Amino acid sequence: MDDLINDFLAETRDMLQALSGAIVAWETEPGDRARLDEIFRFVHTVKGNCGFFDLPRLQQLSHAAEDVLAEVRSGRRAPDANLVNAVLAVIDRIGELVQALETGESLASEDDEQLIAALSFLPVAPAVDVEAPVPTGEVKKGMRSIRLSVDLLDRMMSGVSDAVLARNELARRLRDTERDLTVEAAFERLSGCIGEIRDAITRTRMQRIDSLFTALPRMVRDLSADLGKQVRLQVDGGDVELDREMIEMIRDPLTHIIRNAIDHGIESAEERAKTSKDAIGYLRVSARQAGNQILIEIADDGRGIDGEALVRKALSAGIISPDKAEKLTQQQRLSLVFAPGLSTAGEVTAISGRGVGMDVVRANIERIGGLVDIDSRRGEGVRLCIRVPLTLTIIPALTVSAGGQVFAIPRSAIEEILRAGAATQLDRIGQSTVVTIRGRRVPLVGLSDLLGVDAPAADSTGNAAASSPSSGGQASSSIILLKPAGGNVYALAVDAVHDHEELVVKPAAPVVMTAGLYAGTTLADDGRPILLLDPSGMANQAGIRFDDQEAENRHAAAAQAQDGPDEKSLLLFRGLDGGLRAVPVPVVERIEDVASETIRFSAGRLRVSVGGHILPLAGCTEPPAGGKLRILRLTDGESELAYGFGEVIDIRSLTLDLKPAPCPGEVAGVALIDGAQVELLDPYWLFAAFADAKPATDSDVPMVCALPTGDSWMDNMLRPLIESLGYRVVAAGEGVAADILITCADDEAETGTAAAEVLRIRSHPDLAGENDNSIYRYDRAALLDALSRGASRAVKKDG
Amino acid sequence: MADLLLIVRLAGRRVALPAAEIEGVVELDGITPTPKAAPHVAGLSALRSRVLTVIDGLAALELGRSPAEGLLEAIVVPSGGHTYALLVDSVEDVIETARPPVRIQAPVGAGWDRVAIGMVEAGADLLLLVDPHLLISGPAAQAA
Repeated sequence: MDDLINDFLAETRDMLQALSGAIVAWETEPGDRARLDEIFRFVHTVKGNCGFFDLPRLQQLSHAAEDVLAEVRSGRRAPDANLVNAVLAVIDRIGELVQALETGESLASEDDEQLIAALSFLPVAPAVDVEAPVPTGEVKKGMRSIRLSVDLLDRMMSGVSDAVLARNELARRLRDTERDLTVEAAFERLSGCIGEIRDAITRTRMQRIDSLFTALPRMVRDLSADLGKQVRLQVDGGDVELDREMIEMIRDPLTHIIRNAIDHGIESAEERAKTSKDAIGYLRVSARQAGNQILIEIADDGRGIDGEALVRKALSAGIISPDKAEKLTQQQRLSLVFAPGLSTAGEVTAISGRGVGMDVVRANIERIGGLVDIDSRRGEGVRLCIRVPLTLTIIPALTVSAGGQVFAIPRSAIEEILRAGAATQLDRIGQSTVVTIRGRRVPLVGLSDLLGVDAPAADSTGNAAASSPSSGGQASSSIILLKPAGGNVYALAVDAVHDHEELVVKPAAPVVMTAGLYAGTTLADDGRPILLLDPSGMANQAGIRFDDQEAENRHAAAAQAQDGPDEKSLLLFRGLDGGLRAVPVPVVERIEDVASETIRFSAGRLRVSVGGHILPLAGCTEPPAGGKLRILRLTDGESELAYGFGEVIDIRSLTLDLKPAPCPGEVAGVALIDGAQVELLDPYWLFAAFADAKPATDSDVPMVCALPTGDSWMDNMLRPLIESLGYRVVAAGEGVAADILITCADDEAETGTAAAEVLRIRSHPDLAGENDNSIYRYDRAALLDALSRGASRAVKKDG
Repeated sequence: MADLLLIVRLAGRRVALPAAEIEGVVELDGITPTPKAAPHVAGLSALRSRVLTVIDGLAALELGRSPAEGLLEAIVVPSGGHTYALLVDSVEDVIETARPPVRIQAPVGAGWDRVAIGMVEAGADLLLLVDPHLLISGPAAQAA
C-alpha cells in the first residue's frame, strides 16, 4: 500500500511538472480548449486516485476543481481571470499537498475551504489572489528524483568499491612498467572519475535524520488530540546523518516509543495540575553523533515507570524468579519493560496496546546492532536512549600506525594532534605515563603497548630511530589528544599519523569486538581492511581513571575556581626538613629525581644541573649527602628554579585561610589543611630571590599578562588578542608576577597577583560611574592601546 | 534428499562441512592482524569490497595456530550477519550424500568434540560433520 501511495505521489508530481506549461498557457489564454482539457484530465485523475487512497483533502480539492472545469467545458461558465486564478490556486495546493505527503510535513488545512469557495463564487475573495501566485512549479523542477531500492544502492556501492580496488591494482602495475605519459594521463582521468562516483554513491546512502523527525510534530499533535492531552514537542539534531536503511529500521521503534510516552507517560492536564506540573506535557526527541554511535534520546516529563510494579508483574507473569527479583538494581527493574508480555499500563488503549511493543522495539534495535537504555524517575518522566552504531555510516577518520599496522581513529574524538618533542613533556609515574601539553596534564596511552604489538623494528618508513632518548623509551613520534564521548581527554601515542580519510565503517564480528578496542572495520583505498579504534573503549582497556586526572587537569582547576573564587589547586608535599608545605600547582612544571652529584654549591648558591640546564636550587641549604634528591621544577614562565623536597603528599583544591608570615620570605604564610599546619610557599619571593636575573637587554622576553581563569570570553576571545601582542598569559591569582593584570570590572575581588598595571574590563558598554576607568570588552582600540602602553612601560622599567 | 558436503582437510584430518552453510572457497592474500581479539581470530581480510573475519581453524580447535603467511586457503562462511573466512589446510571436494548424519557415540578427540555435530558417509569413508558456526564462535563461547 505504501508503495502504491508513493507511486501515486510521484505520478502526480510528474503530471504537475508536465502540466506547468499548460497552466501558464491557459492563464494567458483562458479560451484555449486543448489546455483546458489537459488540466481537466489532471484533476480528474487526481480525484479518482484520491478516492482509492484515503486522502480526503486532495479529493475535496480535485473534486471541486473538476466540477468547475466541467462547467467551463460544457460552456455553462466562461473562463474569466478570476476562475482561472481560483483553479490555479487549487492546483498549486494539490502540488503542495503532494509534496507535504512525500516529505511527511504537515500542511495547514484551514484555507482549503476558501480555495474551494473561490471556485464556485464568481466574485472572488481577495484572499485567493494572494494565495494564487505560489511558484510551486519552479520549486519542483529542482527536485527531480527517482526511487531506488537500497539493494540496488548496495550493489552499486560494492561495485564501485571493486572498481576502486581494480584501479589501485592497475596503478601498482603501471608503476612497474615503463612510463608512458599518455597512458598515465588517461589513467589519472579514470582514477578521478572513479573517486567521484564513489563519493556520489556513498552519499546516496546517507540521509539526514530529519526525514524521520519531520513526521513527529504531526504524529504528536494527532496523538495528543486523540487522548485529550497537551504535549509540547521539541526536536533537536535533525542534521545528524544516518544510513538510509538505518533510518528505516529506527522508524517503527521510535514511533512506538513516542506513542508510549504520550499514551502512558504523560498525564492528563488535571492529573498534572495535581502534581504541580505544567499543564502541558513535554516531550523531547534529540539525535546526536557521539563518537562511534548515533544517540537518539526520547525524554518525557510524565509519570515515569514504577519499577516495583514492574517487578510484581514480572513475578506474576513468571518472567523472573523471586530470588532473582530481590537482587535487581533499579536499572534492571526498569529494563523489565523490555521483557516480552509485560506492561504497567493499567488498561489497553487503542494507541499503544498493552505489553506488546517494547520487547519488539528492543529486538528491532538490537537487530541493527543498537542498544536501548531506559532511565526513569517515578513522577518525573522517562528517558529512553537508542544507541545505533555508526556502522554503515561514513565517518571522517584519521589513519595512524602502531607496530607497523594501520588503524583508523574517528576524527570526532580527536582534539589535537601533536608531535612528541618540544611542546610536550613525558613523565613516567610508576607504570603509567603523563604528558604535559601547555601546562595541561593528561594520561598517555601508547597504542602499541595497548594493542600488544611490537614497535616497528624494521619498518619501511625507517625513521623509528629518530625517537628522543629522554622521553623514557617512547618511540612514538606523534601524540593524539582524544576526547571520547562522555569521557575525559587522554593522549594516545602512535608511531605515525598518515592521513584524513572518509571511511565507510562496517560492524566488526563479535569475536573481534571482544577486544573492547574497536568500533568497526573499514577498507582502505588499497583494499586492505583497517580496524577503527574506539576511543572510549581504549580508555577503558588502558584503565585510565579520570577521577585522578581531574585534580591535575588545568581545566578542572579552572572549573573549580569558578565555584569558589579563592579556591586554589595546591601540591602538598613534605619538605626536606620534614615540614608540610604547599605550592600552587600551576607554577610546578614537573617533578624529577636528580642524582646528588648534579648538585653543587657554585657561583654563590646551590645549583642543580638537570637536562642540560643549571637551575638554582631552593628548599635545601646544603647538597644532600648522597643518593637522590627529588626536586620540584618551578617556573614563572621564563625562568625555572628547582626546589628540593621529600615526598609528594597530595594535590588538593581548597580555599585557604592563610595566616601571612610576618615578613616576606620563602614561606608566604601558614594555613590549616586537614588539621595540620601547612606552609604555603611564596613563588613570587622564591623567583625574586633565586631565579637568575635575565639580562636587561633581552627585549624578547615576553611581557606577562595575568588573566582570570574560568571566564570563557577571557579565555577564548581576549586571550588570543593579548597573545598576539606578544604577552605570555598566566592565570591570575596563581602567584606569578605579571606585568599587567586583567580584571573584570563587574567583579571587585582582588586576585592578589602582583602586577605593574591593572586593566579593568567591563562587559557593559556604558560607564558605571564618574571615576570608572574600565574599558568596554569590545572596545578593541582602547584595549590594544592599554595593552601596548603597558608593554612599553614594562620595557622601560626593565631598561 | 541429497545433501551437499564440502570435504576439507582441517588440522590434518578430513572432515565434512554442510555445503549449504558455505558461500565459497577463496585464497587469501595477506591478513590484517586484530590485536587483542579472540585468540582464534587470525585477522581480517578483504574479499573484493567486503571485510572477512579470518578464523584460524587450528586455533578454534585449540590445536595450535596456522601460519599466517603467503596464500592461504579458506572457506567463506556467512554467520550472524558477518562474513567469515575459515582457514583450512586444503579444500578437497564437494560430494553428495544420501544418508542423514548419524550421532557420534564416542569422543572424537580434543577440540573436535566441541564442533562435531555428527558423522556422515562420504563415498567409502565415514567423516566427521563439523558445524562451521561452532568453529567461528570459538572455544571461549563454549565456556560462557
